[in-house]
Amino acid sequence: MRLIINGEPQTTAATTLSQLLAALDYEGEWLATAVNGELVHREDREGHALNDDDRIEILTPMQGG
Amino acid sequence: MLDLYETQIGSRLLLGTARYPSPAVLADAVKRSGTEIVTVSLRREAAGGRNGGVFFDMIRALGARMLPNTAGCHGVSEAVLTAKMAREVFQTNWIKLEVIGNHDTLQPDVFALVEAARILCSEGFEVFPYTTDDLVVAERLLEAGCKVLMPWCAPIGTAAGPLNLSALRSMRAHFPDVPLIVDAGIGRPSHATIVMEMGFDAVLLNTAVAGAGDPAAMAEAFAKAIGAGRQAFGAGMLEPRDMAVPSTPVIGTAVFA
Repeated sequence: MRLIINGEPQTTAATTLSQLLAALDYEGEWLATAVNGELVHREDREGHALNDDDRIEILTPMQGG
Repeated sequence: MLDLYETQIGSRLLLGTARYPSPAVLADAVKRSGTEIVTVSLRREAAGGRNGGVFFDMIRALGARMLPNTAGCHGVSEAVLTAKMAREVFQTNWIKLEVIGNHDTLQPDVFALVEAARILCSEGFEVFPYTTDDLVVAERLLEAGCKVLMPWCAPIGTAAGPLNLSALRSMRAHFPDVPLIVDAGIGRPSHATIVMEMGFDAVLLNTAVAGAGDPAAMAEAFAKAIGAGRQAFGAGMLEPRDMAVPSTPVIGTAVFA
């Protein structure tokens, strides 16, 4: 499947958002995810099926002013 | 005490967490500032990265309340989504809403700001909007549901200090009951004292502390300056006058001649 992950085109075998996070070695309670501009809550990632050309955002805490 | 969305806050200094020389210096600055609120952000991190988690654990260990921001957002939908993602991570309804309208001045796009504030307030967020000193925009933000305003006093990171004292005075006078936090442009402790003497409720600092030669010492200096300004505001200051007035009583002055 072809996805845009944090702005970069990538190909993956993952079919759900939670599978994608595992495949990319993202883990932790501090992650936030969005697909095609909509927030996907932590508890909904497992059931969130991915489609070709989905735009995925995976954000983590950072320093900020 | 400072009342922000019905949360009582003891310190009137809010501190940003960016641009410090090291995490240890940041931690020291937070401690010596006495702040109870630190601003944080969200960013993309390379796959497998753990930096976000390390930072998150460090900030949580400091015990300060977190105020996530939408820094870097340039439109309504981007800011709203970032706010929702921040709520997911930081588990707070508080959001420092920034919608940048100009790359050079980093001044807020106030039209998008008001629209984003309206959406976020309707979805249960407690919005801290980074805005200008424009009174009409301030009114619109309050109508949108904001209960705190965060006007700049100069563009972000300039250290220029309060550039438009008249506008700031006017803002304070127009909104006597709204917590007003000066959010950007402060460079030195004396700048913070000036706005606190004017009756502003708090100051949000980042670059002025993080970029100092000794950030922790500067954090403490700012805390004292903010405290002094607040105390002076409460104590009632003299207005300047043109003519001299002797401070020593003249009655009974000896006359030698």
